[in-house]
Amino acid sequence: MVDSPEQDRENYSDRADADTDGFGPSTAQDDVILEIRNLRTYFQTKYGTVKAVDGVSYYVKRGETLGVVGESGSGKSVTALSIMRLVPSPPGFIVGGEVILDGENLLDLSDGDMANIRGSKVGMILQDPMTALNPVFNIENQVGEAIRIHQQVKGQTLVDRIIHSLRQVRIPAAESRMKDFPHQLSGGMRQRVVGAISISCAPVVLIADEPTTALDVTIQAGYLRLLKEIQAETGVGIIFITHDFGIVAKMCDRVAVMYAGRIVETGDVRQIFNEPAHPYSAALLASVPKLEERTQRLYSIEGQPPPLFDLPPGCPFAPRCDSVQDVCREAYPVRSTLSGEHTASCWKILDFDISKADPDELAAAQSVDVTSGIVEPEEAEAVAG
Amino acid sequence: MTTIQEQIQQEGLQPLAADAEVILETRGLAKHFELAGGFLGFGEKPTLKAVDGIDVIVRAGETVGLVGESGCGKSTTAKLLLGLEDPTEGQIFFKGEDFTNMSRASKRDYRKNVQAVFQDPWSSLNPRMRVRAIVSEPLQIVGGLTKGQVNSRVDEVLEEVGLNPYQANLYPHEFSGGQRQRIGVARALALNPEVMILDEPVSALDVSIRAQILNLLVDLQKEHNLAYLMIAHNLATVRYMCHTTAVMYLGTIKEIGDSEPIFSNPLHPYTQALISAALPSHPDIEREEIILPGEVPSPVNPPSGCTFNPRCPVKIGDVCEQLAPALMEEETRHWVSCHLYGDSASTAVSSD
Repeated sequence: MVDSPEQDRENYSDRADADTDGFGPSTAQDDVILEIRNLRTYFQTKYGTVKAVDGVSYYVKRGETLGVVGESGSGKSVTALSIMRLVPSPPGFIVGGEVILDGENLLDLSDGDMANIRGSKVGMILQDPMTALNPVFNIENQVGEAIRIHQQVKGQTLVDRIIHSLRQVRIPAAESRMKDFPHQLSGGMRQRVVGAISISCAPVVLIADEPTTALDVTIQAGYLRLLKEIQAETGVGIIFITHDFGIVAKMCDRVAVMYAGRIVETGDVRQIFNEPAHPYSAALLASVPKLEERTQRLYSIEGQPPPLFDLPPGCPFAPRCDSVQDVCREAYPVRSTLSGEHTASCWKILDFDISKADPDELAAAQSVDVTSGIVEPEEAEAVAG
Repeated sequence: MTTIQEQIQQEGLQPLAADAEVILETRGLAKHFELAGGFLGFGEKPTLKAVDGIDVIVRAGETVGLVGESGCGKSTTAKLLLGLEDPTEGQIFFKGEDFTNMSRASKRDYRKNVQAVFQDPWSSLNPRMRVRAIVSEPLQIVGGLTKGQVNSRVDEVLEEVGLNPYQANLYPHEFSGGQRQRIGVARALALNPEVMILDEPVSALDVSIRAQILNLLVDLQKEHNLAYLMIAHNLATVRYMCHTTAVMYLGTIKEIGDSEPIFSNPLHPYTQALISAALPSHPDIEREEIILPGEVPSPVNPPSGCTFNPRCPVKIGDVCEQLAPALMEEETRHWVSCHLYGDSASTAVSSD
């Protein structure tokens, strides 16, 4: 029997309706802890200006996990680095937007104030634990570094705090393991140490950038479970950057799908899986094999993502889209709200009718003039120097 | 352009012909590496049993998937089959002929017929060679073709993998990841092999590109009746691609058989744990995770008896520590190596 995804979605959406507790723990507490608005991060390269992040907005609430999905080059990691203000500059410049944490715009802070926020209020787990840890310092030293700097503790208190962090990530025999060096630990344990560092100062937001891609299946499952447990204990909001819809399905409450530097669809995780509104989200979901049943044939998206320094006018997905119309090649689609938090930027939703779009929004959706928004590299260097 | 609906209605994996010819067979294949150690080079050196007795059959038009976590020996198995390592024990049969006893000429023929596609298209293509040189290299090594014949063969395989013949004059860095992997497939295809060893062919690629390559491999198999041995750690990919699945743990096969029963009704506790840990395809799917204690033990000093026994959640007793269970056909075309099944538990006790 051939099951179409449509049927699947119907089956699943029935079940989703029956699910009374809604979308996990996040609905109980509604407070937004981190919000980014219209963030733009551009890179000056010899090929031209690369608009790695071009007007991205999202937020994360306390105790909630936001999944940011996209392919390599979609801008998901640069967005995260921009939140932490870790984009190497030059060549990268945050040319617009706001990052609001506790009512403060992080982009306005001085470098010193920003350093106080990194690793204390906002934690980060990077993809590869091999490169995230320093091979010549032991675990105690590396976990202790963040605590020492941000909390100004030393001596026995520091050691206690280190042991507490290591226990939080379920490292067995924390007292003796903290004297170990990274090479003495397995990949899964190393990634737990990276986790311990990032949560050691009780952050309100944790940015996890593909933390499990380097891990084996069973180790990955354990690590994801651990993150959920820590979230339940501390109420930390997690921004989970991934390309894997399986991780999204397992971990996330809400999803933002990115393509070519912009968010093309956001919504509750079930809305995205059950009725993806953007053709890119739908195509991505149909191109992933399922474990639960044998797919007859995977959908393959033709072509490849466009180079970001030479984006076509209009929707960047148009060349690969199977419902493309003329309007898609002329203007970037405005964001339409489908229901509640479910939004998507696609002309299909407006029946490919440009006159249905709000003129102001339409103008805002078009990519800004490159020269007006960006600081010339020489100027920036002069400012920085 | 076809829509999602139209595309996924098309046929995927072809069912395997009942009389498909056995192309590749291994019997008790093992590879032990002797490590440095002992006292001043004397005394007993520790051996690492990377692969420890594997029986696999690959038939024409069939895809056999090897799954397992890192260190289970799946890549060593691939190297043995490619003739890049010599087995310590056991034999490899190609169409009934024993590889180890083959004449030099037949070994050449074997290598021609067993080609590989590697995991990382960034490191498996020489950056200083043009695509034409990369794809024609196997043809040049085998020889016997004129320059014109080589060139037309290169154009032919490039077209077959969805590239343009004019791209033969470009260098690998001018291609995207998916296109590079297509070049890798073209190189493997150039000699018209009967078997292709696919070592994690899509895990280094972007999500939207993976389906392109998987579908290309399915189509090529259909076209040429190729036999594939695919190594992967993503269970969903294995289910999509493979007729037969073998689950490896510490150098031995724990469960093997037709993919459908293995995924719908896994018998071995390790397979059950692997499937339970795999990521769901929808947020409403909640699997009860089987949590395995500890980590994969070192293959230098594997546990006695069933190698899985220290982590097994349903260990039945001493027999698991003392006796390695044999692979038994528990259901039709579904073999499992575990004392929970068959009468191996009772035979073990009586043989002690």
